[in-house]
Amino acid sequence: MSLDIWMRENPLTYVWIGSYGVAFLVFAVEIAMVVHKRKITLQQVRLMREAEESEEI
Amino acid sequence: MAINWFKYSAPTTFYGLAGKLIPWFAIPAAMLCVIALYIGFVVAPVDATQGQFYRIIYIHVPASIISMFLYLVMAGYAALGLIFNTRLSSMMASAVAPTGALFAFISLWTGALWGKPMWGAWWVWDARLTSELILLFLYLGFIALHAAIDDPRRADRAAALLAIVGSVNVPIIYFSVKWWNTLHQGSTIKYSGTSMHIAMQQAMFTMLVACWLYAIAVTLMRVRSIILERERHTKWIAQLAEVK
Repeated sequence: MSLDIWMRENPLTYVWIGSYGVAFLVFAVEIAMVVHKRKITLQQVRLMREAEESEEI
Repeated sequence: MAINWFKYSAPTTFYGLAGKLIPWFAIPAAMLCVIALYIGFVVAPVDATQGQFYRIIYIHVPASIISMFLYLVMAGYAALGLIFNTRLSSMMASAVAPTGALFAFISLWTGALWGKPMWGAWWVWDARLTSELILLFLYLGFIALHAAIDDPRRADRAAALLAIVGSVNVPIIYFSVKWWNTLHQGSTIKYSGTSMHIAMQQAMFTMLVACWLYAIAVTLMRVRSIILERERHTKWIAQLAEVK
């Protein structure tokens, strides 16, 4: 009930924090995950290449 | 001058192209998002019946449209991969799925936040809401099925079937407000015209383009990692500057 009253008194804050805040947080997390995934994948590929090269030697 | 489009259907050439294209989509996406928020919150007037709550529309509607459209894109790529056995198509389908799932989640989340002040409930088992929830589950199912199978080519084929069969849900979401009596409102913008204020339309369409560009940018970023992972044993990956 208190949330109902609060949202009616502060509609813009409710809209901003609830929808846009969450949506932008989701986008930020997605970008961070994609960047992290790229770093990890590059690291794995480099390690694999190094291991292959040392085997050849 | 004829452009050989098929040249970019190979991971070898597409990897570099994707890297070059990312800023061309990401920067306009951020700029358009700021412009849409300015128009939506500063220029657009308050709604006569819904007050300030209607402003959720600028993220809710674009997220919903993109979530449906991305599913069709994902199913299209998956079908191409299944029929023509093209590696890049399956990689693109895998790259699109998480972004589509996140847009479906944002659509449902913002819808719940809009529903509470307007309908008095966060959630109702309405045809539009339920079919959108099924869309989210289809995305999650695609991701889970793909992750559950070790062999990537077999995983591509199995997940492609799920994506193709699940695409029947997209027209159900779109037409649900026409086929059934739903609490969710019908389309405000129709071919015959709209009663929406011009600033509201501008903000909504600008945000739609921003979300679309964002989805392309993040998908290209993700597909580059997928290409790196799957092609790691090839010679061209070993010759990449970032791998050396």
